[in-house]
Amino acid sequence: MYPASFEYHRALSVPEALALLELYGDEAKVLAGGHSLIPVMKLRFASPAHLIDIARIPGLAGITDGESTIHIGAATRHADVVSSAVVQAKAPLLSEAAAHIGDPLIRNMGTIGGSLAHADPGADLPAVMLALGATMVVTGKGGPRTITADDFFPDVFTSALQQGELLTEIRVPVQGAGSGGAYEKNPDPASGYAIVGIAVQLSQAGGVITAARVGMTGLGPKAMRLLAVESALTGQGASAATADAAAARAADGMVFIDDSRGTAAYRANLARVHVRRAITRALARAVV
Amino acid sequence: MATTVAPRAPLIGSSPKRKEDARFITGKGRYTDDINLPGQLYAGFVRSPHANATITSIDSSAALAIPGVHAVLTGEDMKAAGVNPIPPGWLHPGIKISEFRPLAVGRVSHVGNAVAVVLADAPNIARDAADAVVVEYEDHPAVAEAIDAIKPGAPQVHEGAPGNVVFNWALGDADVTDAAIKGATTVVTQHLTNQRLIANAIEPRASLASYDAAADELTLYVTSQNPHVHRLIMGAFILGLPEHKFRVIAPDVGGGFGSKIFIYPEECVVAWAAKTLGKPVKWTATRSESFLTDAHGRDHDTNVEMAFDDAGKIVALRVKTVANLGAYLTLFAPAVPTYLYGTLLSGQYNIPAIHVEVTAAYTNTTPVDAYRGAGRPEATYLLERTMDVAARQLGIDPAELRRRNLISKDAFPFQTAVALQYDSGNYEPALDRALEMVNYPQLRAEQAVGRTKGKYMGIGLSSYIEACGLAPSHIVGSLGAQAGLYESGVVRVHPTGKVTVLTGSHSHGQGHETTFAQIVAHELGCSIDDVEVVHGDTGRVPFGMGTYGSRSGAVGGAALFNSVQKVKEKGRQIAAHLLEAAPEDVDFADGTYFVKGSLSKSKGFGEVALAAYLAHNIPADMEPGLEATTFFNPSNFVFPFGTHIAVVEVDIETGQVRVVRYVAVDDFGNVINPMIVDGQLHGGIAQGAAQALWEGAQYDSNGQLLTGSMMNYALPRAEFLPMFETDRTVTPSPVNPLGVKGAGEAGTIASTAAVANAVMDALSPFGITHLDMPLTPARIWSAVNDAKAGN
Repeated sequence: MYPASFEYHRALSVPEALALLELYGDEAKVLAGGHSLIPVMKLRFASPAHLIDIARIPGLAGITDGESTIHIGAATRHADVVSSAVVQAKAPLLSEAAAHIGDPLIRNMGTIGGSLAHADPGADLPAVMLALGATMVVTGKGGPRTITADDFFPDVFTSALQQGELLTEIRVPVQGAGSGGAYEKNPDPASGYAIVGIAVQLSQAGGVITAARVGMTGLGPKAMRLLAVESALTGQGASAATADAAAARAADGMVFIDDSRGTAAYRANLARVHVRRAITRALARAVV
Repeated sequence: MATTVAPRAPLIGSSPKRKEDARFITGKGRYTDDINLPGQLYAGFVRSPHANATITSIDSSAALAIPGVHAVLTGEDMKAAGVNPIPPGWLHPGIKISEFRPLAVGRVSHVGNAVAVVLADAPNIARDAADAVVVEYEDHPAVAEAIDAIKPGAPQVHEGAPGNVVFNWALGDADVTDAAIKGATTVVTQHLTNQRLIANAIEPRASLASYDAAADELTLYVTSQNPHVHRLIMGAFILGLPEHKFRVIAPDVGGGFGSKIFIYPEECVVAWAAKTLGKPVKWTATRSESFLTDAHGRDHDTNVEMAFDDAGKIVALRVKTVANLGAYLTLFAPAVPTYLYGTLLSGQYNIPAIHVEVTAAYTNTTPVDAYRGAGRPEATYLLERTMDVAARQLGIDPAELRRRNLISKDAFPFQTAVALQYDSGNYEPALDRALEMVNYPQLRAEQAVGRTKGKYMGIGLSSYIEACGLAPSHIVGSLGAQAGLYESGVVRVHPTGKVTVLTGSHSHGQGHETTFAQIVAHELGCSIDDVEVVHGDTGRVPFGMGTYGSRSGAVGGAALFNSVQKVKEKGRQIAAHLLEAAPEDVDFADGTYFVKGSLSKSKGFGEVALAAYLAHNIPADMEPGLEATTFFNPSNFVFPFGTHIAVVEVDIETGQVRVVRYVAVDDFGNVINPMIVDGQLHGGIAQGAAQALWEGAQYDSNGQLLTGSMMNYALPRAEFLPMFETDRTVTPSPVNPLGVKGAGEAGTIASTAAVANAVMDALSPFGITHLDMPLTPARIWSAVNDAKAGN
């Protein structure tokens, strides 16, 4: 299938990309890896008149090891996130989850920023960013500002980016000793997207869970934190019983869809099972 | 011809790497879309968004105003030009034939039905212009499921088919079957569906046509499994082109699985438009178009009764099937749920009474036709799934129940209760070997222990038979086929002894360029690199029925084998003449003719070939040249068989199934290239397992395809499956000189039931006896959840 005609612009700096965004307004779409955008254009579900390619902007890709924060350029490819020694050592939950995205071809082209800005409700990374407590750096005409992961995914296929802004960096807190994470994915066999994806990052000290963040993707219109699960973990003993009790809260307050691919009861069950499994694995990793 | 091949021959039975792969894996394949002609236009199709609607108007003015658009043509234009509807190639008494116009006239009957075509300078312009054609419709209620279509008051698909019934068909003795069921000790009943599948060949359908006005000749490049059949039907029945002025070329074709057998609207439109406009016209399907318009497969709804005596022997089988044929009848559609299905319902078993009734229905969906296995997977799934349901009900181990009912090896040729006569077979060794490979008793013991620990492993058997090598022309003719099913093969030896082979079979992944070269090189004692295999061009190959139904080796290969015997015999006459010996005193081995008992008196095959073409010194009454043609018309189908065993683990918390082992023991008779046969088998197993676990086309009640992309139609991936463990038994077929049986579909035929049976076996502690496919985690979890709740 051929997309409708469009103009292609290759930006070589962030200011240039921002200027093009301002010039073309809502007729423009930002192109990075293109693995979500190009297919919908080929199907003519989207027909932007202008594409602004940011994939070659110097400095927009790359992973930097800060003292307490890992800085990841928005145009960093998933494959580079997976293979990064820094990410593997200091936020292994992210490298584990990124390895679940699509297939090698997609991971070699797709970017971390593209995935987050697209905010697909079945994408893996939004849940991970919630669990890690990551911060997004977005740059607009007035300069950069930061948005927490908690505020970055307001709705289905919608991020907190404003018109004319570009996601430029992802800041991931370094996970210290006693912290452990795990990503549990139940992929759709056709698309590879998560039917459900659960990201857990928790810390323990002296056999007690001192902090826990749980992100979920796939089962709702957007990635979200499971606050009831988090509170059922925090302050409790690091045990199978705690995992069970917390997992029982995984579907609290959620309304699941009921369709030919599964009943609402089935989806609620998946939430509970995968939350328990993710907590169990995270606990095993949360060793001092 | 009485000659047969020695079993331990050097080339036949060996696994040289595929000659064609060098070009495929280096991107040098020449597929239809790779071919471009000067001045070619691109076709873009306007398709119906409705499943059942009347066309009230077509306005092309906006499309024609787009720069680069040459024409917009409609069904009325084609009809006025004398183009006929696409006919089915197999008829039954009382069949109601749909009017399948290449471009719809007056009415559309499925979403994706082509309504008009745009011809433009570039493919994106053709797409823009197709979107700009304004078609107004009066939408009518639609029906997607066959069982709904035949209910009173259902929306009518075609006026000429009351109640949407295409035909009613039956086979077997109803009275004998009825009496046997009434007298049986146990009658096992089951309702099961065989869901609709979408073939998804990796290369989308494509066509490119060009008309040479000076020669008054039309050439069509097309993704076809059977180019001569395309030429015959398109030329004689649809477009009215004389065969000698119509050349059809199917170049490299990237997979078919049956979906490229049929004559499709788009290639008829492309051919007609090229002649009408006097310019080459090209079209390549998008994947979205493939989902909507490539013929789908399967789609049966069946009630079965299997009756047993007190010894666990089957005494009768009664089957009632409703088959969904979609909106129009395509080439093989009437044969698939009848003669390729009902005749296979005896399987490997001695079943004295069988009766099968099939009602075929029109629906407002994409046409349904042959898809890898075509009727035989449906029969095998039905039989093997029911055997497992019966084993559970009777309290007999499923392997033991099968063993008790196998046809004895002494009973061949075996006449079934459903028309076929099996050529040869010996079923128990394959069953035994498969059980041995999985260590069946130990596996059952592990299963019992696992269940006490919440681990749900399942073991599924599938003992299958298939009828392939489609096959005896007089038989298929008597059953309604509108063509014979022989095959042609030419062996042309050049003066230097190099060989060109022309075959009517068509390779679209099967590896004929290697296997057919092996047959000829083996016989002539030369290298496979000295043998070039030509196929897929009606301008070069005398005639051909093409490739489907696992027929290439058994029919096309046999034709070549017989031609090479003729060549060898003529060579012997020439060699004897040159050696001044009596022909009966001359033998041929390893590429050399020699006088028996006097090996020093010899002539190489190349010398003899040169002599045949120089014609200076050949027998006085002999024509020069060294070439032979055979039209091989087999006396019967061939019947490969085997037993496959799947081992699965079900994650009872999520319903996820993991296939942990897969064992296949097959009997394909003699095997020409074991590596290629293994490859065919592996792909087939993946395809069949995918039906059990993942694949399934879904329509909503308005006839909209819900699974129209790779995002929601799940094809199998390598990571979903374990390494396959294969072995073979060898029971040569007596009906062709190679003793081969055909292997292209066996994996698909066997594996669906094996995997489904394994899942049901895993779920047996919950009292679940049957779930319909695909066995998705959601479906499994809901059943387990219901069972736990005591529902």
